[in-house]
Amino acid sequence: MMVEQISIFIENKSGRLAEVSKILGDAGVNIRALSLADTSDFGILRLIVNDRDKAMAALKGKGFTVNKTVVVAVEVPDQPGGLASILQVLDSETINVEYMYAFVERCGSNAVIIFRFDETEKAIAVLAAKGFNMLEGERLYGI
Amino acid sequence: MTTYFNEEFETLPRTALEALQLMRLKSAVERVYNNVPFYRTAYDSAGIRPDTITSLEDLQRLPFTTKQNMRDSYPYGLFAVPMEEIVRIHASSGTTGKPTVVGYTRKDISNWADLMARSLVTASVHKGDIIHNAYGYGLFTGGLGAHYGAEQLGASVIPISGGNTKRQIMIMEDFSSTVLTCTPSYSLFLAEEAKAGGVDFRNLKLRVGIFGAEPWSESMRSEIEAKLNLTALDIYGLSEIMGPGVAQECFEGKCGLHIWEDHFIPEIINPETGERVAEGEKGELVITTITKQGIPLIRYRTRDITSITYEPCVCGRTHARIARMSGRSDDMMIIRGVNVFPSQIESILVRIEGVEPHYLLIVDRKENLDTLEVQVEVDEQIFSDEIKVLQGLSKRIEKEIKDMLGVTCTVKLVEPKTIQRSEGKAQRVIDKRAL
Repeated sequence: MMVEQISIFIENKSGRLAEVSKILGDAGVNIRALSLADTSDFGILRLIVNDRDKAMAALKGKGFTVNKTVVVAVEVPDQPGGLASILQVLDSETINVEYMYAFVERCGSNAVIIFRFDETEKAIAVLAAKGFNMLEGERLYGI
Repeated sequence: MTTYFNEEFETLPRTALEALQLMRLKSAVERVYNNVPFYRTAYDSAGIRPDTITSLEDLQRLPFTTKQNMRDSYPYGLFAVPMEEIVRIHASSGTTGKPTVVGYTRKDISNWADLMARSLVTASVHKGDIIHNAYGYGLFTGGLGAHYGAEQLGASVIPISGGNTKRQIMIMEDFSSTVLTCTPSYSLFLAEEAKAGGVDFRNLKLRVGIFGAEPWSESMRSEIEAKLNLTALDIYGLSEIMGPGVAQECFEGKCGLHIWEDHFIPEIINPETGERVAEGEKGELVITTITKQGIPLIRYRTRDITSITYEPCVCGRTHARIARMSGRSDDMMIIRGVNVFPSQIESILVRIEGVEPHYLLIVDRKENLDTLEVQVEVDEQIFSDEIKVLQGLSKRIEKEIKDMLGVTCTVKLVEPKTIQRSEGKAQRVIDKRAL
């Protein structure tokens, strides 16, 4: 039920994002989903990739600070109110969403949203009980 | 026409001044040898007996005293009199851990007041002047030093201390202050605030400003004089030696600060070799106090870089002049009047992270106030995928630095290996202030 995401610390200066994507491209790593959170000074690039180890080795080799985090990929009906339905469930169980972003591709008729929760285990249990489908990492990396 | 606070001593012919210095030096060396174990040990191991000091040249045979010696003797180890004779205690500004502590006897306080009054007169201040004293009061010597000098002179002193800028401007206006004493950067901050509040300094009575406690430049003097509509003069002092009033620029000459040689013997040395440099050459200022009782210091290394001239001055004072301080021979920074060593910031970072992070301190001056940016490299130990965690870290470092050092800073998190590594001693400070 859990998906491994890698996060990269990037200073807010021109060319850094291009640098990261080039390193990953050269290493033959494919980016499956991404989000960039930024402040005026720095950003955090979060990625789901097809090969985490290769991606981390390549980025660390170039001096980037990288870490691995566990996130949850949830299938959400790709229709009006789809996202709201899942957020209502989380809210009613007081599960906090640290951040979220959408997956690049759809999975059948559903969209895929990546969530980072404050209580990952609890979130998974709640979502499963409410009938939401969560994708296994292995499936996601290869989509 | 020049007036003096103590004409006899201020205009003492050179030969008489040197004779007085020698007499007082011998007595000072004798006193520290007899009363301070630190000096006795140092002189014994160097094979120096106080009675072998027979000329001013002999001063060079004595070992230096350093800030570290003072820290090692914390708090009272270098005091030369019993505590019941100490009537006041001050400490160096802002430093964490062990500050340098100084004690004054009643006589020390009265000498200080005299020298500060002398400095005020040197800056053309007289009885009848109203002195707006915005140096901080407290352990820092600035506020009380200037205050006692003003009272000794018989001028009216307003002990406003620092901060609360809007109120300061109102008081300067309403109380018809004629003299301003504060740090040079604060004077410009006052000017900005006054302008924002619609107060024009041309309508104020301020005539002269006496600025010290931090490095400033000739161009800053022009700016202050234009913005505050007064004559800006430099004052020098340090708590270890006394406080403000060790040296003062004269109104007439406005070229170098007269160092009061009847109480202090100045030397300029090469900070690497310890040898004296020639008159006019830049080097580190070393001061020997020859009248102090509480904590006399022999050949104290100030770490301040300056030069000295014995050329006669237009004001008629015979005391040598030291140039405006142009830097430090150690890595201490003076930020808004507060002494900051990079090692202090390093110890805060180590405590927060549990690792020795690479960091860089960038000092600048924006809108006339010193700014400090602390760049910290983000490694895997401190990195998080959540913005709020990293921002929390920045805030925490900012708060710790503010709490420990009293200096406001901004923390900037940067990528690893972006702070330049150097082969030798790490470059920890970039000072962009154009001084």
